[in-house]
Amino acid sequence: MIAFAALLERLAFTPGRHAKIALLRRYFATAADPDRGIGLAALTGELRFTAARPGLIRDLLAARTDPELFALSYDYVGDLAETAALMWPAAPGAAAPPGLAAVVAALIATPKAELPAMLAGWLDASDASVRLALLKLITGGLRVGVSARLAKLALAERAEGRVSADAIEEVWHGLAPPYTALFAWVEGRGARPDPAGAPVFRPPMLAHPIAPADLAALDPAAFRAEWKWDGIRVQLVATAGARRLYSRGAEDISVGFPEIVAAMDFVGVLDGELLVVRDGVVAPFADLQLRLNRRTAGARLLRDHPAFVRLYDILFDGSEDLRALSFDARRARLEAWSARLRPARMDLSPMIGFATLAELAALRDGARAAAIEGLMLKRGDAPYLPGRPRGLWWKWKRDPLTIDAVLMYAQRGHGKRSSFYSDYTFGLWRGAELVPVGKACSGFTDQELVFLDRWVRNHTVARFGPVREVDKALVLEVAFDAAQPSARHKSGVALRFPRIARLRPDKPADAADRLETLMASITPRG
Amino acid sequence: MPHPETWLRVTPAGLWCEPGGFFIDPLRAVDRAVITHAHSDHARPGHRAVLASAETIALLRTRLGAGAFGTTMALGWGERLRLDEVTLWLEPAGHVLGAAQVALQWRGSRVVVSGDYKRVADPTARGFVPVACDVFVTEATFALPVFRHPPPAQEIARLLDSVALFPGRSHVVGCYALGKCQRLIALLRAAGWDRPIWLHGAHVALCETYAALGVPLGDLRPATQAAASDLAGAIVLAPPSAIADRWARRLADPVVCAASGWMRVRGRARQGGVELPLVISDHADWDELNATLDEVGAPEVWVTHGREEALIHAAGKRGITGRALRLLGYGDEDAAAA
Repeated sequence: MIAFAALLERLAFTPGRHAKIALLRRYFATAADPDRGIGLAALTGELRFTAARPGLIRDLLAARTDPELFALSYDYVGDLAETAALMWPAAPGAAAPPGLAAVVAALIATPKAELPAMLAGWLDASDASVRLALLKLITGGLRVGVSARLAKLALAERAEGRVSADAIEEVWHGLAPPYTALFAWVEGRGARPDPAGAPVFRPPMLAHPIAPADLAALDPAAFRAEWKWDGIRVQLVATAGARRLYSRGAEDISVGFPEIVAAMDFVGVLDGELLVVRDGVVAPFADLQLRLNRRTAGARLLRDHPAFVRLYDILFDGSEDLRALSFDARRARLEAWSARLRPARMDLSPMIGFATLAELAALRDGARAAAIEGLMLKRGDAPYLPGRPRGLWWKWKRDPLTIDAVLMYAQRGHGKRSSFYSDYTFGLWRGAELVPVGKACSGFTDQELVFLDRWVRNHTVARFGPVREVDKALVLEVAFDAAQPSARHKSGVALRFPRIARLRPDKPADAADRLETLMASITPRG
Repeated sequence: MPHPETWLRVTPAGLWCEPGGFFIDPLRAVDRAVITHAHSDHARPGHRAVLASAETIALLRTRLGAGAFGTTMALGWGERLRLDEVTLWLEPAGHVLGAAQVALQWRGSRVVVSGDYKRVADPTARGFVPVACDVFVTEATFALPVFRHPPPAQEIARLLDSVALFPGRSHVVGCYALGKCQRLIALLRAAGWDRPIWLHGAHVALCETYAALGVPLGDLRPATQAAASDLAGAIVLAPPSAIADRWARRLADPVVCAASGWMRVRGRARQGGVELPLVISDHADWDELNATLDEVGAPEVWVTHGREEALIHAAGKRGITGRALRLLGYGDEDAAAA
């Protein structure tokens, strides 16, 4: 429990991906089975149980601390579990909590009525770090910024070349905590665990953004074109016994989209785009976001924001692995599959015919519908390969829209950028007032970052913790993919992928764009 | 026996001892000042005459230069001195090198002004000596039960563990230039770290003064003169304001650490962009504060600065009368010095 608590504490403060992987790798190398497997499950969100409500922590603490001291402490710290972990009075002589696996087993097996006494005994014998880990574990919120993918990358490092993260991905959803067979495989002590009939995720094939030089060199006859839809990439996996809807990052999102799962009346693995579609018209991304924000969907959300999958590839038909086939051959299989099964809530992403690159460019420029981000170009003879192989799949996004906005606030970045003010909030004019419309922390060059950092420091008018308010005097050309109405933003508009396109120190702030101009550019639905 | 509040009072310039004709840690320039320790919120320049421990006077000379005060007088530990009608002596406070508690006696009534203090052993500072008194004047920087400092050796072990895990990165530790910096060096040496320790320019002179006063700190080098390869895997000490700022850009992919009692609370560590918070403090934690109140046995406690509400509440439940002096101006450097 101590090693896991120390890991959580380090992870919570570590912004860098590489550093997180190094911490995880060491934990997997030094902790023993089954503790490390339970730790892996807890980190990747596979350990779904809630042993206690926050109210239990409050009750336990109230019985042990002075109410006034508790109130002052809670007020200062601001987080209940952390306050409890820090101020819990240690009781010498209490029995230390067992290892992580035994702790989790006890939390699951112990009747609700006996839980408070057991937990209190562990807390009595622990230090603040272990207490916080215990409390976060029972309330189900570790929040240390470790994705399942990151954990798999760390496992792959532990495997020292024997097993790749993609190979782990393909067995992952067929395994269960404490992953003893997985560790044995990764460490070269055992065979690859057989996922058998489990609905496992397959690492998806990803596209590179196309650069002008790549485009110039492109052979139009070798490539096929489709629209790039503005939803989220999903993988539909159905076996004889189970159905799963996975996000691109291998997160199981089946529970949130029951209507899709219900429509998966087949055996196979398909690749597509999850969208909200009403009467055949694709809704803006914000509508899908509403569904994604909730773990489960209520009846009303299901009715008003119906989900839909636009399919563009088939990886398995039945149990037949099609990934080694060319794109053209897979497309033919997909079309035949679709004609045969006609699944509800799904259609095929249409192929776009073209003969020349000029024709393709005209198609791309002509597409203004909000649901289309641009074009996908896929080599007709390419197999389905995991990861981001070069030259096989390209994404060719439409030219972004731009606005000239005024820099309003800046915040320091993280990790390598922690000494730079690198997160910028910008605004547009509404009457004589500037209204913030978005935040951007990318798009600039290293030299521009140095300029912006110095400018922010020299033009600070107020500080709010890590945030500096600056003179409203610097114009930034902000690029974005689409503007969508938003009730959550003060300005009434949300930007998709805003980034800094150019600095405009030459332009006076009062010549920046007005909010009305942006509102007028809100793309129509469909 | 006169009640201490009749002869020791809070004035705009600070704590004023009338029958002795002097201030203790005054907040503005005065004629006669007794200084508990050399941190800038307690020792301001411009006093005509200053009385303090010999170490404090040496540190003040380094910090403020020789011309900061009219005259200075060093008083040995426990040595009695009569100032007008008041008898005064210094006892160690354990806070930083030279830090003293000031014991005052007038007509049979005794007050101890503890300045800032801690109870845990510190190789760079003389340990706190409890003195029985009628009124104990205490700080309350960490006077909340959430502040319980772990053993410093355990925190140093976490730092060295991180250095071993990330051998290509430098570890830059934000720490106050006077006291915390030298204590960290001594703790690192005690843990077996005998490689050079690299210093920000603001830390160099005070480390030299510590060494001159007999506190061995080993091989210290200025970070500005280091080659990039020297700093991979190195430990660098710098003021908290520099660790995540432009100065730190010279370091090799630094792990940003900070050593302070505030690091106990996650929000405080996050605010500063700290990647490895080390809970090492030169102030008493909640348990030490309360244990000290019980040990000195004063029926009345005056709290100079900090979270006095909680301490007065806890003392009250044990029959000790608490009073908040609200000496604004102390603790200005808490975030850095604590």
